[in-house]
Amino acid sequence: MAVISAAGLARTFQTRRGPVEAVRGIDLTVREGEILGFLGPNGAGKTTTLRMLTTLLAPTGGAATVAGHDLAADPAGVRRACGYVAQSGGVDAQISVREELVTQGRLYRLTKPQAIARAGELARELGLDELLDRKTSALSGGQRRRLDIAMALTHRPKVLFLDEPTTGLDPGSRADLWDLIRRLRDEHGTTVFLTTHYLDEADALSDRLVIVDRGVVVADGTPSALKLEHGGSIDASLQDTFLAITGRGPAPVDATPVAV
Amino acid sequence: MLLQDTALIYGRYLRQSLRSRFALLFGLLMPLLYLCFFGPLLTGLPLGGRGSSWQLLVPGLLLQLGLFGASFAGFSIIIENSQGVVERMRVTPVSRLALLLGRVLRDTTVFVFQAVLLVLAAVAMGLRAPLGGVLIGFAFVALLTVSLGSLSYAMAMKVHTPQEFGPLVNAMTMPSMLLSGLMLPMSLAPAWLDVLSHLMPFRYLVDAVRDAYVGSYTTGHMLYGVLVALGLSGLAVTVGTRVFRTARA
Repeated sequence: MAVISAAGLARTFQTRRGPVEAVRGIDLTVREGEILGFLGPNGAGKTTTLRMLTTLLAPTGGAATVAGHDLAADPAGVRRACGYVAQSGGVDAQISVREELVTQGRLYRLTKPQAIARAGELARELGLDELLDRKTSALSGGQRRRLDIAMALTHRPKVLFLDEPTTGLDPGSRADLWDLIRRLRDEHGTTVFLTTHYLDEADALSDRLVIVDRGVVVADGTPSALKLEHGGSIDASLQDTFLAITGRGPAPVDATPVAV
Repeated sequence: MLLQDTALIYGRYLRQSLRSRFALLFGLLMPLLYLCFFGPLLTGLPLGGRGSSWQLLVPGLLLQLGLFGASFAGFSIIIENSQGVVERMRVTPVSRLALLLGRVLRDTTVFVFQAVLLVLAAVAMGLRAPLGGVLIGFAFVALLTVSLGSLSYAMAMKVHTPQEFGPLVNAMTMPSMLLSGLMLPMSLAPAWLDVLSHLMPFRYLVDAVRDAYVGSYTTGHMLYGVLVALGLSGLAVTVGTRVFRTARA
């Protein structure tokens, strides 16, 4: 069953230098409980798509439903059903982990005792118990990320959107985060929609990949199917497959050395 | 829902203010300097108003406090935008109006608190004014903060860097201060300046508070002041909420 479906989703920004078509028409479906890797070169429209699907940005074209709620007609329903972690996270550096978690619960309309209980649960589940009274500025990169995700899980969303969740993390923290994402899906059936530039991450984590370029979907399939189709063999690297799909291979090597 | 959400946002930002005693008092610095080093210059001058020179100056300083303080309120949201805090809140079901009102009411609390301290200092300097008038003065500070705070947050959501925001606000507050006759009454002005200053909404607020400070509560100035202050707040909150509802591009 599709938990996200988008048809012709588009966003054009009006700038001083004329209209910029950041997203030109995204068609995609995501099944319930799927981990979807959303890939594309910088500027392909990944973040813009995510911001539309989470109601932060109104589309200028097309339509989408998230967890049965129409983006345009029922944004409040979409907000209740999904969690979102932006690239920059979204916690105040001066506030303690506990206060951020409790306030987040209250923003999701939990009562104060409920919000306090939920903050405790989330802290246990994401290994933040020891850090509850720290300011968020005193957390390591990996701890910060876990807090960001804990905040987005406050209301047990059906769909979790993660925008480049592991950028800047050390290998150990990345591996922890992968485990966490798999656990969310396995234990809670959460659908995870994540963008990444790390192709090994997309390969290891995703059930399916959607690759966008210049604001449209250019490929869609399991990692192996894409490798077979675009990389030439099932043993092709995802790197080569990705470059073949987006048509941005490594720059041709010029045989003549540059004169000095 | 709205009340509960507003209280939540208000609490969050009030705790933020209370964590920084410096920020809580910093806004007082400029009006306090005017009070101590400019106020005494006026005591012997014929200013044309009723009452003492303090009854003329302190209303102006109160609104100066609101004008400069609230206009710069948006700075904090530029920082929060870069940390992603605003977007993180906007994906939750929280009321958009509450995201604005909670912040603006925090600012109102802070500036009314500063206004109280300023009036106490003014009393020490020689101000004598009826209690009713002083309370009316605080109400005007509150309404001015709601108006300018909302507009400041709305503008800060539209610009992307503090470098753009600072000069923009300065360019608007300085003429506002001079043209509304905050420091000296516009009754001293030549006709052209007096006419020009009537185009400045804050002029009506200052005139009303000056009347309040001499105990005249049922004057034309008071009526216009109340109407302008309420109208400005309504307009500003509407604009602000619209900006918080639609995203920043």
